[in-house]
Amino acid sequence: MSPKFPHTARRDFIKQVSAVGTLSALSPAFIRQAFAADKLVVGVIYVGPKDDYGYSQAQAQAAAAIKKMPGVTVVEQERVPETADVQKVMASMIEQDGASLIFPTSFGYFDPHTLKMAEKYPEARFAHCGGLWSTGKHPKNAGSYFGYIDECQYLNGVVAGHATKSKKLGFIAAKPIPQVLRNINAFTMGAQSVNPAITTQVIFTGDWLLPVKEAEAANSLVDQGIDVITMHVDSPKVIVELCERRGIFVCGYHADQSALAPKGYLHGAEWNWLTPYSEHVKAAMGKAPMNNFLRGGLKEGFVKTSAYGKPVSEGARKNAEGIKAGMMKGEFAIFKGPIKDNTGKVVVPPGTVYKQTDVVLEQMNYLVSGVFGKV
Amino acid sequence: MSSAKSDALPPAYDVDASATVNEIRRFAESLLIPVGALAAALLLFGAFMALIGKNPLEVFILIYKGGFGSSFSWQNTLQRAAPLILTALCVALPAQAGLVMIGGEGALVLGGLGAAVAGSALSGAPAAVALAAMALTAMLVGAVWIAGCGALRHYRGVNETISSLLMAYIAIALFNHLVEGPLRDPRSLNKPSTLPIPDTHMLGTIPGLDVHWGLAIGVLACLILQIWVRRTVQGFAVRIVGGNVRAARLAGLPVGVLILIACALGGAMAGLAGMVEVAAVHGSANASLMAGYGYTGILVAFIARHNPMAIVPVALLLGGINASGGMLQRRLDLPDATALVLQGMAFMMVLASESLYGRFKIFQPKGP
Repeated sequence: MSPKFPHTARRDFIKQVSAVGTLSALSPAFIRQAFAADKLVVGVIYVGPKDDYGYSQAQAQAAAAIKKMPGVTVVEQERVPETADVQKVMASMIEQDGASLIFPTSFGYFDPHTLKMAEKYPEARFAHCGGLWSTGKHPKNAGSYFGYIDECQYLNGVVAGHATKSKKLGFIAAKPIPQVLRNINAFTMGAQSVNPAITTQVIFTGDWLLPVKEAEAANSLVDQGIDVITMHVDSPKVIVELCERRGIFVCGYHADQSALAPKGYLHGAEWNWLTPYSEHVKAAMGKAPMNNFLRGGLKEGFVKTSAYGKPVSEGARKNAEGIKAGMMKGEFAIFKGPIKDNTGKVVVPPGTVYKQTDVVLEQMNYLVSGVFGKV
Repeated sequence: MSSAKSDALPPAYDVDASATVNEIRRFAESLLIPVGALAAALLLFGAFMALIGKNPLEVFILIYKGGFGSSFSWQNTLQRAAPLILTALCVALPAQAGLVMIGGEGALVLGGLGAAVAGSALSGAPAAVALAAMALTAMLVGAVWIAGCGALRHYRGVNETISSLLMAYIAIALFNHLVEGPLRDPRSLNKPSTLPIPDTHMLGTIPGLDVHWGLAIGVLACLILQIWVRRTVQGFAVRIVGGNVRAARLAGLPVGVLILIACALGGAMAGLAGMVEVAAVHGSANASLMAGYGYTGILVAFIARHNPMAIVPVALLLGGINASGGMLQRRLDLPDATALVLQGMAFMMVLASESLYGRFKIFQPKGP
């Protein structure tokens, strides 16, 4: 492989001849598929386990769906840290498995890892989840996809607003970064659209996967008299289960968690990554240029909602469906002035309406009025 | 390996020759017992794979192919081994003084943070100066952090295993606070990071390899510290402290100072590991630094029996297992935990094999 290493290369050649002999006997179908012309090998890399009831599971569901597309082989690797390891995983998928389309699904994989590998392997395509790909600055064979899931969190808020008796909601979040703040604000404003007196208590745990802290946070929220909780952490499993055990309502995030809380699960904000996945797969198979910047909400099919849970009233359902219909038509804006933050400062002036695509929303650094918490 | 068995004893028992043979016997023992333990772990793992319905032969071929079967997979292995070599030293060096220090992760993240701050502050300086300053800062921070645990142990009687682990949590909390607060680059929106160090100041790859300089730094550190442990008076004194503190005190050795030196050296190595991660991989300090290298280093050091030079092959072995764990996931749809199961079995077997030392006649020294 490397001309700089004549000795290793010769030894490798002998090793590989014998290894390929054995391996092709073991899995001939795989090898044939990887090298055939109209076939595509897709590599998907997850930061957590594929069955985390959360972030990685949402990606794995899309991967499982594209696996069924004719000619597509999917190779997956889970729990890959955001270090040089992920670079080696991408390279392994390309060099050892013949992959030509890679989905590095964790935010931290983008800079520098995905960008570096995209430069090193110009023939392969890298579709990253969440990164801010920009023209001129980043390689053409890399790109990013993401969804406006705050729309679903707004709907979560509407349903929660109808369900709460104490008028106090809880939000357990990992870090005070723009993506997360946007969800907290959307959830709160959704609830306030039902009753403006509703408040949300936020707890930041500090990291994406801290099950013990998340459980402690959920317990303390319940002890404060909060009766609906939602979250933005990588794996909502612990929080959802705890809410069920403590007998309060919960709204899900990332993937469908209704099976974990059959009594208290109200509604959920879910990703629908199959939309960007299949677009990238089709483009790669048809040798069409890569769409480097894919974004969308409910209307474009990038996000979806869980089915309404049993406790959701008819009135709540109708209200939420009405707003959802507006979102599907592109007529409903969440961030519409006047909006004040929780220190009383006007953050969206009266008359200003932000579309979901407005970049200013991706720089959000405030919590809206009615949220207890500090950025 | 086999030479030990086939070497017949010399006909005349002259002292020098039998001393050499005894040396060889001892070396063969310290090599063959861990190798045997690893072989047993592999057999056990094969049985486990067979139990869950996978062909063990296929699994072994994939492990070989993924970790060691081509120059690509060798580079994959080397790259994964690089950070583990330095973090293992953070366990192995305090162990010479008899301490079980497991908080290398804390020294790594704070060392990385120190390096990132130094690197961005010196963005106008020549690359060599900036890199040297980054390395020194990181080593200093790491040394102070772990020496602190050593001081707590020696002067206050606090168990260093517990305190270093708890200090690692404090280090991570401090790191998060600084990276998300005062030291945050305002442009890092969704992933709080410190100000980046310029591209020209990054540690590159070793010429001809797709592996960064961290590997060479790690191997060099092991070599130097092996000499320190085995061939210097101070290293010998530290080992006496580790062997018997009372005897060391009676011999008039400055026990406290020696413990602090061993801890500081270990911490400096973990800090250096953080600097390498920042300077060769990330370009700034952020949450990605917390990848658990500090904890995997514990495993490496124990399998290497705290012998600095043995750390290199053991780190390669674990790097290889991690590299091939990916192959197992991708080809056989096995979960990520597969590589952890193999690692765990190797660890158990090597620890259990400790009881075998001195049990085999063939390895025992014989004299006239």
